[in-house]
Amino acid sequence: MRRAPRGTRGAVRAATATLLTCALLTSCAGGGEGDGDETVTLDYYSLAWQKESVAANKKLVARWNKTHGKVKVRYVQGAWDTVHDQLLTSFEGGEAPDIIHDDASDLTDFAYGGYLADLRDYLPEESRAAIPQAGWDSVTMNGGRVYGVPFLQEPKVIIADKKLLERSGVRIPTAGHPWTWQEFERAAKKLTRDKDGNGKPERYGTVWPMKEPVKQSVNLSLSTGGRLFTRERTGDGTKNTVRFTGRDAAISELIHRQVNKDRTAPRSGLGMGGSDTLPGFFAGRYAMVPLNFSFRQQVQQQAPDGFEWTVLPLPRGQREGENAQGVVPQTLSVAQESAHKKAAADFVAYMTTPEHQAALAKGDWLLPTAKEALKDPEINRREDGWRTGARIARTLRPSPTLGVRGYAEWSDKVATPAFQRYYRADTDLDALRDALVDDGNLILDRYQR
Amino acid sequence: MSGTSSLGAPTARTSAPSAGHGRRRTLRLAGRTGQYAGLLCYLVFLAFPLVWLVSTSFKSPQELGRIDPTWLPQHPTLENFRAAFEAQPLARSALNSLIVAGGATLISVALAVPAAYALVRHRSLVSTAANGWVLVSQMFPFVLVIIPLFLVLKNLHLVNSLGGLIIVYVVWNLPFSLWMLQGYVKAVPVSLEEAAAVDGASRPRILRSVVLPLLAPGLVATLMFSFVTAWNEFFFALVLLKSPETQTMSVILTRFLGDEGVADLGPLAAASVLATIPSLLFFALLQRRLASGMLAGAVKG
Repeated sequence: MRRAPRGTRGAVRAATATLLTCALLTSCAGGGEGDGDETVTLDYYSLAWQKESVAANKKLVARWNKTHGKVKVRYVQGAWDTVHDQLLTSFEGGEAPDIIHDDASDLTDFAYGGYLADLRDYLPEESRAAIPQAGWDSVTMNGGRVYGVPFLQEPKVIIADKKLLERSGVRIPTAGHPWTWQEFERAAKKLTRDKDGNGKPERYGTVWPMKEPVKQSVNLSLSTGGRLFTRERTGDGTKNTVRFTGRDAAISELIHRQVNKDRTAPRSGLGMGGSDTLPGFFAGRYAMVPLNFSFRQQVQQQAPDGFEWTVLPLPRGQREGENAQGVVPQTLSVAQESAHKKAAADFVAYMTTPEHQAALAKGDWLLPTAKEALKDPEINRREDGWRTGARIARTLRPSPTLGVRGYAEWSDKVATPAFQRYYRADTDLDALRDALVDDGNLILDRYQR
Repeated sequence: MSGTSSLGAPTARTSAPSAGHGRRRTLRLAGRTGQYAGLLCYLVFLAFPLVWLVSTSFKSPQELGRIDPTWLPQHPTLENFRAAFEAQPLARSALNSLIVAGGATLISVALAVPAAYALVRHRSLVSTAANGWVLVSQMFPFVLVIIPLFLVLKNLHLVNSLGGLIIVYVVWNLPFSLWMLQGYVKAVPVSLEEAAAVDGASRPRILRSVVLPLLAPGLVATLMFSFVTAWNEFFFALVLLKSPETQTMSVILTRFLGDEGVADLGPLAAASVLATIPSLLFFALLQRRLASGMLAGAVKG
């Protein structure tokens, strides 16, 4: 009778020991953070998209892992389409990757939500010095905290049909001597062809793919000295308000004019995304298309044989200094919940050295942010418009939308429908202004209370 | 005259029905033709996206950039398939999807069959309440449950595992499967079960030999529904599976989409074509059972 309980006790003890061991093992493995010899494994959530860029990322990670015995990095592939939902649920559930690739516009909510680490204490000095202040401005918010390293960016450029352009006799703009917007309008008129005079041109001088009208309207407004969002310092932080006066509205008015009055841009283009314009561009229906820099890759891939295209810089405003445009750089951040923020920040610094930035930028057909990286010979080569991009890099400024709390709601609920109606000529400029400013500020106030 | 008339009358009488018969036949034929024409239109409507997808998957980037797209690729290429396989771990994600969808389907149907039977045959307050609950559970949107669900699974160490996702899909599919199967169970006459009982069959025997065979079409329909739902599901898979080794096909497909709606169209189409194949095979295999099962039920009923 006495042996059995002892046996049972033994079994219980053995089971407890096993359970404890298992629990210990799972707690070590589950966190993915370290094991006996204190090797740390960090998750790097990457949004690299093009094959070349994924390969460049993986190569850099492999090199890091080879040279860093104690800190290993695991490459985790994410996707642009789902990054926000994926990250939000990861943060809420406490399972966020240590190093996060995203873009600066998506950082605002996460930064104010306390999910991202302030990198000021972790980044080495050479990292800071390598990237111009304009880049840092795009990731600095919430009282001067820095929530990411801006490492890739893309300007808007004008991709043009080279033969049509040369035949039209207009001056070909260069990065050093770009068109003014007036010249652009004149060129568009010259390039538009309406042989039968029925008001429906067979060829339009340009096309405005306005599937996402807000981002474009705001970022382009910088080129005429506008910015739509004002920023003032108050007792409890920065306060943003919307304004939409002369210079802010100049580009929107130009687009409206080209589509509805001059008919140098088709109304059907307003509903298109950038990719949707390409078949028409190749077929000679549009002579010039304002597109993001990385679209060059698609153009190069899809252009029919013998089609010649060229990359022109974005036109500028008429006054001195009006040659900027807003961009939303891609960023690398560190999760606040990461147990190894310093190690993660070291990896971020490693990935964003000028040399590595250049490799990553080439893979995704983008521009790097570091001054040294922009000197890379391949980024400055003539083919596929690389040189134009590299030369206008200094005109890029952080998008005025960055760091504005409530921007996403303003954009979705108010600004998108308002701009769409205005560009389709369903409303006039005053109605657009009322919607953007009056309704818009109500929304922003709610976030900034 | 009377003779003729009496002779003529039967002739007229026989010819009248035959004329009516002919007219009816023509009408029926016209109706049938109309039906088939309608069906054909519907079929084209249903098949168009698939045909377009398949055609796109064989087109080169240059063909995709044409303003006058052709129905069939002019220079068919397998390049998109090669690129898709090279860029993403399609085979592994397909296997993951298969495990998850298969597992979730089998478990949810295995649970739903006895539950549906019990709810239909034993009417009580509980069954009414259960049905009400089933309906209510269908009204929760994904986004409402996702974070709590994530936390629950995390505490159970089931985040990032296919097992966790199977459980979620079972729970998510169960109400509708239950609802669907109840209709089929109701259609099985109780008298058949009683007859079998009179013949001396035990309860399990009745279930096995009488009810289950009659439920076959319902089972097949529910299996298909569960499988396709789980195979296509995206949001739970996106949120619950974080590590690359566990991700399912639907999540992998989004990797062919870039920033601001730019898509790697050719490889995306190629991968999507591959992703539809298992569902198509599953349907092709089970479809015959669906029809024959119905027939078997009709004869016995």
